[in-house]
Amino acid sequence: MELRVRALETVLSEKGYFDPAALDAIVQAYETKIGPHNGARVVAKAWSDPAFKRALLDDASEAVGTLGHVSRVGDHLVAVENTPARHNMVVCTLCSCYPWEMLGLPPVWYKAAPYRSRAVKDPRGVLKDFGVSLPKDTEIRVWDSTAETRFLVLPMRPEGTEGWSEDKLAELVTRDSMIGTGFPLKPGAPS
Amino acid sequence: MNGVHDMGGMDGFGKVEAEPNEPMFHTRWESRVLAMVRAMGAAGAFNIDTSRFFRESLPPHVYLSSSYYKKWLLGLEDNLIAKGFVSKAEVAKGHASEPAKPLKRGKFTAGDVERVMVRGKFGRDAQAPAKFKAGDRVRAKNIHPATHTRLPRYVRGHVGVVERDHGVHVYPDSAANEAGENPQWLYTVVFDGAELWGPDSDPTLKISIDAFEPYLEKA
Repeated sequence: MELRVRALETVLSEKGYFDPAALDAIVQAYETKIGPHNGARVVAKAWSDPAFKRALLDDASEAVGTLGHVSRVGDHLVAVENTPARHNMVVCTLCSCYPWEMLGLPPVWYKAAPYRSRAVKDPRGVLKDFGVSLPKDTEIRVWDSTAETRFLVLPMRPEGTEGWSEDKLAELVTRDSMIGTGFPLKPGAPS
Repeated sequence: MNGVHDMGGMDGFGKVEAEPNEPMFHTRWESRVLAMVRAMGAAGAFNIDTSRFFRESLPPHVYLSSSYYKKWLLGLEDNLIAKGFVSKAEVAKGHASEPAKPLKRGKFTAGDVERVMVRGKFGRDAQAPAKFKAGDRVRAKNIHPATHTRLPRYVRGHVGVVERDHGVHVYPDSAANEAGENPQWLYTVVFDGAELWGPDSDPTLKISIDAFEPYLEKA
């Protein structure tokens, strides 16, 4: 694969379609600018600031755009809130749509057949693969990302975090808790 | 198209296996493939829907047995060859031997990188009033276009409820065929588990898709 990829890159750069240094810059930007820390800051802010939480659930792109320190975000970001009555889970059955500006590039399992095929039919079985179980009567809402809307799960704030700063709260927010295949860490649990 | 990429509800793929401490890229070439796809797309060689359609069009056995970024590479090669940006012979040789085809937005350079790090804008002005509103019961049409569509098979023919209206967006079914943006209203439509999977479905399950207006009819 390495050779085949290099061959294509050589042809395309010889034809003047891109500057190879610009490809380096793209890779570097993915490696340094995006990642679940962006989403974690948004979640921690929503846990701490009720007005921000309302704004986030109303129009997530706009609300996140007001946080200068978080990476720039595109249009059509939708935040969906977990409650004791409802758990949200995000999938893209058709390809790999994912809120990468908030969470970084998707992990391999998110893009692979087992998750894409089963999430919409047997989400509790999928959660079991992650070692996660929900109360029997909790509604499970699966969001299939079939358009250019992107979904970010707002998990429930863990108990025992009263008075915590946003920075400290953000450390509890895992990537999987923002996809809906996990929960935030509990205070005091090893990360 | 009714391809193997349309996986929702299929059985037999096994457990979800998460890799602990997964790196962003497993090899250098994966990162080059991603960067080439982003650069060529941003330079105007193709739109995102066309790019998806070329990956979906890989033969089913190739799609299922290739890693994610291998699919991206194969789709990119096919796409660029089909659009005349490179020839098959050039790809095989690994050197350019034919004149370049002009790119809509010109050569991709370092100054364009920031632009690709924010997702594109897909919202457009309405061409007509919305046919549906939140609360309406709608049926996903029983349609089977052979070309690109974002209506997954597992909802076709089934009845759901419009939950949210996202305004008007570029219509992938047209854009993928280079037939223009043809903007359409987009709605979140929610289905009960039992409506899609029958009486044995998890009774607590609800599934939503984001559906373009031409996918829906009044129920």
